[in-house]
Amino acid sequence: MKSPWLQTLRQRLFATPVDAAITLVCLYVVWRLSVPLLHWLVFDATWNGTSRDACKGDGACWVFVRVRFSQFMYGQYPIPERWRVDIAGALLVATAGLLSWRGLPHRRGLAIASVTVLPLAGLWLLYGGLGLRIVETREWGGLMLTLVLTIYAGLIAVPLGILLALGRRSRLPLIRFASVVFIEFWRGVPIITVIFLASLLLPLIMPSGFDVDRLARAVLGLAFVIAAYMAEAVRGGLQALPEGQTEAAQALGLGYWRIQRRIVLPQALRIALPAMTNEFIALFKNTTLVLIVSLFDLLGIAQAALADPAWVGMNMEAYVFAGAIYWFACFAMSQWSRRREKRLQAAYGR
Amino acid sequence: MLTFLRDRKVRDILWQAAATLVTVAVIWFFVRNASENMVKAGIASGFKFLWRDSGIEVPFNLTGYRPSDNILALLWTGIVNTLLVSAAAIVVATAIGFTVGLLRLSRNWLLSSLAGFYIEFVRNIPLLFFILFWYFGVLAALPTPRDSADFLGVIFLNRRGLSIPTPDDVTGLRLALAAIVVLVAVQFGLARWAARRQARTGRDFPVWPVGLVLCGVLPILALVAGGMTTAWDVPTLRGFNYRGGFVLVPEFVALFAALSTYTAGFIAEVVRGGILSVRQGQIDAARALGLTEGRIVRLVVIPQAMPVIIPPITSQYLNLIKNSSLGAAIAYPEIVAVFMGSALVSTGQSIEIIAITLAIYLALSLAVSVFMNWYNARHKLVTR
Repeated sequence: MKSPWLQTLRQRLFATPVDAAITLVCLYVVWRLSVPLLHWLVFDATWNGTSRDACKGDGACWVFVRVRFSQFMYGQYPIPERWRVDIAGALLVATAGLLSWRGLPHRRGLAIASVTVLPLAGLWLLYGGLGLRIVETREWGGLMLTLVLTIYAGLIAVPLGILLALGRRSRLPLIRFASVVFIEFWRGVPIITVIFLASLLLPLIMPSGFDVDRLARAVLGLAFVIAAYMAEAVRGGLQALPEGQTEAAQALGLGYWRIQRRIVLPQALRIALPAMTNEFIALFKNTTLVLIVSLFDLLGIAQAALADPAWVGMNMEAYVFAGAIYWFACFAMSQWSRRREKRLQAAYGR
Repeated sequence: MLTFLRDRKVRDILWQAAATLVTVAVIWFFVRNASENMVKAGIASGFKFLWRDSGIEVPFNLTGYRPSDNILALLWTGIVNTLLVSAAAIVVATAIGFTVGLLRLSRNWLLSSLAGFYIEFVRNIPLLFFILFWYFGVLAALPTPRDSADFLGVIFLNRRGLSIPTPDDVTGLRLALAAIVVLVAVQFGLARWAARRQARTGRDFPVWPVGLVLCGVLPILALVAGGMTTAWDVPTLRGFNYRGGFVLVPEFVALFAALSTYTAGFIAEVVRGGILSVRQGQIDAARALGLTEGRIVRLVVIPQAMPVIIPPITSQYLNLIKNSSLGAAIAYPEIVAVFMGSALVSTGQSIEIIAITLAIYLALSLAVSVFMNWYNARHKLVTR
């Protein structure tokens, strides 16, 4: 009876009679909710088959997700060209994996390539040209479109956000004013209106005959808003840095850009990284809003699949599948950020 | 020759002049293109279209708007609908958020894990997902009007929405509301008087029990009395649908449910962070002074946690108002749906309509940040 495990259990769940009652009520509620849920999700669900007729039980009809799987991933991307998406995806995973290995030789070089050459290569693979068949962006969709939106909007938003944060703390009043106006404007309006704005105004303000791609409009709209939020996250890091760092660098005779690049930003970005990751997660979630300009990302394609007369009533299956992907991706990002923060805390004692 | 460039002041001015020049050039380029394109498309600019008849149906409105009204009235209906769903969702999100945030801090491991599960669940999934889920997943699966779920025989929930009774005559309820305002004012006065008396003489006054009666029991009695004396228009099933009362359309219910449960997850984290920011030493010191647990929470924890909680919670409220624009995805008639959607399609005045919509949201954001600055300044004065 004196095992430490039981002791802990008792302390945490049955410390007082009230506590015990709460625990029992919670257990009952969890049991009542999770049993039917598990039955629907797993035990009574139909997993194998090729058509709706296979689904006879009361549970979920995962056949639907199975049949539609490639559409959820690629959208309407032409089937013979899908290997290009696979290669782009493999490149993404490989780069991320290699960069997370801290002892990698030439890690710096790869990091620079991953934000310059690789995105261009990815664009070439997905869109085509130079020997590859061109696949119009209106055929892109599914998880692939979600990732494209997140990555390319992020690639614009992070550097722009850093510049805006520096601008907001600049000595020059006009630069400071312009940065504040830019940041507060985009932060003050809903993202959905910005996506609307980008899709309606960009064709209007460009010279006639110069067409901005619909997907590019959405990416730009998202990037501007996220850059404004990113700027505030970076500003937090800049403010946390002691003034002495800049003063010492000035005393050494370094110029403005060199101080920012060598002294201030490396430290400030490290502090700002958790906040920046949060903005990145927000960006990932907000890519769903492109549904409003008829781009079909993962959520959009799941929603569109419900209109198929052959699969009426599959709402729950489609939502559970899409929701699970979003959840795992966001949860993984936030856990990564949390662990990194802990490691840095241990290393720098902050 | 170029030595004057070494002067910092000269360089500052040159940098700023260059930046201004580039900005002006870019804006000029865009404006010129826009006016050329508009001339080509035959769009006349200006705000006269606001007084044109709209001809747009709005299925859910509290303003008495009709399609024969002008577009300005349509915009107003959209604003009212945005504010309605936001206000309702803010109240419920705050209630759920505080509850979950406090449960997250519970000593009971199971309770705190369940709260943590809720927080991680809603925060890691896009809001649009929840809106679509409630609208197409939950509400579409509700029974037909004939088999409605009813609450006490006066409120009915079915796939056409939530039917609630409305009072025929609001005089009784107005009186009750006025009585409540008076009671709250009396309670405020009483609390100030009691605090002053205690400071002067040290004599205690049971402010909280009295407050419970004044602000809790009596208002409920007043509302019940007000409700009893009025005739109610209760929804009844006629044919295939409920008639009478007021119908909260499914779009409203879905948007409201999604917004409140989603934002609650963020508010819960804010509340938890705020309470954890009160240092343990404060609580230990209060215990050493012999304060009871209830008083420690009321006099030590809450006053120190609230200043930490209120600024981020205000920005969560602002996010909620901005997020209510996602109602456009399920055609809930709020600003974006009726104005940026329907009115823009029917008039084609895209620049004016976008400018007005953005201006409304910016004004709202500005108002909130002015409040936040005022609050922070006031709080700084209090802490000295």
